[in-house]
Amino acid sequence: MGKQIKGVLGEKLGMTQVWDENNRVIPVTVVKAGPCVVTQIRKQEIDGYEAVQIAYGAVKPTKVNKPEAGHFAKAGVTPRRYTVEIRTTDAAEYALGQEITAEAFASGQIVDVSGTSKGHGFAGVMKRHNFKGLGAGHGVQRKHRSPGSIGACATPGRVFKGVRMAGRMGSARVTVQNLTVQAVDAEKGLILVKGAIPGPNGGLVLVKTSVKKGA
Amino acid sequence: MDKLSTIDELSMRIDVPDFRPGDTVNVHVKVVEGNRSRIQQFKGVVIRRQGSGVRETFTVRKVSFSVGVERTFPLHTPIIEKIEVVTRGDVRRAKLYYLRDLRGKKAKIKEKREAVAGH
Repeated sequence: MGKQIKGVLGEKLGMTQVWDENNRVIPVTVVKAGPCVVTQIRKQEIDGYEAVQIAYGAVKPTKVNKPEAGHFAKAGVTPRRYTVEIRTTDAAEYALGQEITAEAFASGQIVDVSGTSKGHGFAGVMKRHNFKGLGAGHGVQRKHRSPGSIGACATPGRVFKGVRMAGRMGSARVTVQNLTVQAVDAEKGLILVKGAIPGPNGGLVLVKTSVKKGA
Repeated sequence: MDKLSTIDELSMRIDVPDFRPGDTVNVHVKVVEGNRSRIQQFKGVVIRRQGSGVRETFTVRKVSFSVGVERTFPLHTPIIEKIEVVTRGDVRRAKLYYLRDLRGKKAKIKEKREAVAGH
């Protein structure tokens, strides 16, 4: 920790391309970021850590239960659909109800983007772990996409923990680090991030200041 | 893709002329050498147009010193100064890859005769 982290929740709109100043093609993901509101400020003396809680997304007032409604009323804002906490050392500088928009980021900044990856259901080892499978010919029978061996014989007499096998793939929280912000459209609330980010179009994403790079 | 159309429109050119595969075009390309930039012309036959929207590209083929040269440009790239349509070609394919196997007179594309009103 010890870093001032800014963050904003948003919706992934999709990918496209733009030209940079050297007239090269830059693949970008467009994120409709914010507007988010600050709903709670975590303090060292009360909560034991410093963080700022932000909320985003429209929600029907009838769908909000009493505890949630009370939480938002305390911050003096209308209820939102999603809330996240961002650990930052400058949490005290935020005010309850303060609005956070795409302007929190500037073009050229390095960010980390988190989202929920696309679900692939129960996937085999070739799709899930990029195994090569078995041969297509040379006498291979009905085993073309199988993993092959998963261990030795009587020693150790069991399969080691953590051996990569088929199973549920995707629908997990994924963070892509060190992406560059290509451009920010403050008017429309859009952030153009260079490269791909996790999740389907329309999925919820969290854009944060990079933990590894940048000031 | 509707949500992105406002962003794509910013990167798209509005001065792209109407041209099709088979047309002969003269592409004026900006070339940067060190800190000077000049215009280079690439003249040839359009053998394909591919993609749509901001990522559409086209390929121009010319035969230079009896060596075939093909160059693919993004349609909306800022390095193109302008695209001049020299002639309209009369072709029956969208992709003119067969031109690669032809040379000389056989590789010539008939010029399209403009439709006469009343026919």
